[in-house]
Amino acid sequence: MSTLPTTTPHGPAPLSTVQATMLVARREIDTRVRAKSFQITTVLFVLVVVAGILVAHFVGGRTHTIDVGTTDGGVVAAVQQAGRSAGLDLAVTTVPSQDVGEAKLRDGSLAALVVPEAGGSDGFSVVVKQTLDSQLRTVLDGLARQQTLDSEVSALGGDPAAVTAKVLGAQAHVTALEPQSQQDTAQLVVAYLAGVLMYITLMIGSQLVAQGVVEEKTSRVVELLLSTVRPAQLMAGKVIGIGAVALLQVGITVIAAAVAATRTGVLDTSSLQMGPVVLWAVLWFLVGFTTFSILFAALGALVSRQEEVSSVVTPVTMVMVLPYVFGLAVLIPDPHNQIGTVASFIPFFAPFLMPIRAALGVAPLWELLLSLAISLVVLPVLVWAAGRIYSNAVLRTGARVSLKDALRG
Amino acid sequence: MTALELENLTKSYGDRQALDGATFSVGSGEIFGFVGSNGAGKTTAMRIVLGVLAADDGEVRWAGRPITLDDRRRIGYMPEERGLYPKMKVGQQLEYLARLHGLTAAAATAATKRWTETLGVAERLGDEVQKLSLGNQQRVQLAAALVHEPDVLVLDEPFSGLDPVAVDVMSGVLRERSAAGVPVVFSSHQLDLVERLCDRVGIIRSGRMVATGTIDELRRTDRPRWAVVGPPPSAWANQLSGARVLSDDDAAGARRTVVETPGGDGQDVLAAALAAGSVHEFAPSRPSLSDLFRHAVASEEAAR
Ligand SMILES: Nc1ncnc2c1ncn2[C@@H]1O[C@H](COP(=O)(O)OP(=O)(O)O)[C@@H](O)[C@H]1O
Ligand SMILES: [Mg+2]
Repeated sequence: MSTLPTTTPHGPAPLSTVQATMLVARREIDTRVRAKSFQITTVLFVLVVVAGILVAHFVGGRTHTIDVGTTDGGVVAAVQQAGRSAGLDLAVTTVPSQDVGEAKLRDGSLAALVVPEAGGSDGFSVVVKQTLDSQLRTVLDGLARQQTLDSEVSALGGDPAAVTAKVLGAQAHVTALEPQSQQDTAQLVVAYLAGVLMYITLMIGSQLVAQGVVEEKTSRVVELLLSTVRPAQLMAGKVIGIGAVALLQVGITVIAAAVAATRTGVLDTSSLQMGPVVLWAVLWFLVGFTTFSILFAALGALVSRQEEVSSVVTPVTMVMVLPYVFGLAVLIPDPHNQIGTVASFIPFFAPFLMPIRAALGVAPLWELLLSLAISLVVLPVLVWAAGRIYSNAVLRTGARVSLKDALRG
Repeated sequence: MTALELENLTKSYGDRQALDGATFSVGSGEIFGFVGSNGAGKTTAMRIVLGVLAADDGEVRWAGRPITLDDRRRIGYMPEERGLYPKMKVGQQLEYLARLHGLTAAAATAATKRWTETLGVAERLGDEVQKLSLGNQQRVQLAAALVHEPDVLVLDEPFSGLDPVAVDVMSGVLRERSAAGVPVVFSSHQLDLVERLCDRVGIIRSGRMVATGTIDELRRTDRPRWAVVGPPPSAWANQLSGARVLSDDDAAGARRTVVETPGGDGQDVLAAALAAGSVHEFAPSRPSLSDLFRHAVASEEAAR
């Protein structure tokens, strides 16, 4: 009889926990990224987001630049200045003659044509195709009044510039008893996107983890796997792999959205520090995904058929829907909402609410860090309980295993 | 030389005792047949060997010391509940499993190629497992147990559901592996196969080993049995004190009787039969594995 094969002639090295986990994660990533369902949903996400931005651009974008022509090069600066102070983006160009200008009005490449008043007086008149845009009318009226005022002041021997400066400086002083930081459109949009994306990815990602666990249980391959890797390694690999795939999908979508938004100029993000906002969103995604996918993995291990997955994860799904709806419906319209502020420190709720508060610019750094710390402290307990449930339940095929039995072992 | 030892394994599910002090060992290069009726505890014992289940008490040893996870990675396992990823390709699946057992990527690819060729499924490497016939899925499952060149084989009912050709392939692989020094344990209800393949056999009943040894050892009994082809037993058997007629066939005109005696060399049996008529055959009769097994199961049924 040959000698005992205690030293292996083929020389496979013992597998470290990291290596085992990464092998499992790699398989998840490989098979999922190659799957049609992943490719289709990613394309759909990108299409929906880019389409949304393009619609916003073509519907809302028109008010952004208004093309104004003038035959008098001297008023270009004045018109532009007046438009800017009214918050209107005017593109003012000179045209060689009134005829050329009118032709441009007819073909729609100009919205209005400013021509000097006949007779050399200071006033001007405006030619349009049909009607004058009301905002543009306000700007041009204001300009006309200003010019009239200037000439009257000069006629009385005064200095028009000094008078203008004084007039502009005069304003009512406002004292707010409860000053509210004002969120601009960009902040609201980014907060909204953060809330929606976080919800969709956490929900889809966690469901995928639960389905993956059940897939291994249904196909019974899990017993073969557990004969060579520990339950914790298998679970961790699955969570990391699916998490990476989910992050990749959101990443592609967000980059597509960012490219589309900057190209079309739909979103002026100058009021936002996009770097930190994105960083916090990614951090919260990681924490939230770990939290929920571990829970979903444990719950998935309790059942043996895919049809049972949704019913077994329902309680946790509720915990996800609640902060999501609250965040969009209450926190975004009312960034300083008390319940929302408190809830943003509670684990399970924080991943949905904190990114919104970060985007709205109402969460100081210490709050962000504290909330993150609280959520992280809960994780080890969660990992322990989920690992126990998973390893006790995952080999019991057939009827649904009760949570109590799984915890007891 | 002893390689794998199961000592005093105990396991209960709730108040159901699945294993109750099961003990046996398998030497290197030995094929060990693990038999017992359904629910006797075979699967539970194997799962404990693989570490998929934890024993309540007792120990699994490898090379004389408690088995570790790294040792367990060197086991080739075929679970009773077969399973692979249905939507994963055969080649990728086997390579993945090989890598999980510690092989490098290159070694995993080479081993996958070699074993699928040996088992006759090499041309299906690029197909999803679910697209294979049941027979081929079984072969892939065996490849999954072998692909990491294991140092031990633990196979739970590897022959169940196999067609005769696959049974031959499987038997050949087990013989070849054991000849290479690999200890092999498998459970089976096909006792003729067990008898043909195994060096040693263990019979388990209600979580306890009732017999362990070579088939010859198990057959040896202190109540010898004798087969007589000759006159009908009614004419002579009752003259032997303490003898019991175990079987009495009258096929093709030859009356074949098996009697069990309390002891002796059987000359009294022969003399009694000769006195009653002419004897055409006289030989010691030894119980087959099925007889031994039936005996064990019968007493289990009686014990319940
Ligand atoms: N997961 C389980 N939960 C409860 N009882 C079990 C479980 N697995 C096996 N058993 C029981 O343990 C005993 C031994 O089962 P098993 O090891 O599968 O026997 P065998 O493989 O010899 O048929 C049986 O009575 C069986 O019903
Ligand atoms: Mg069994």
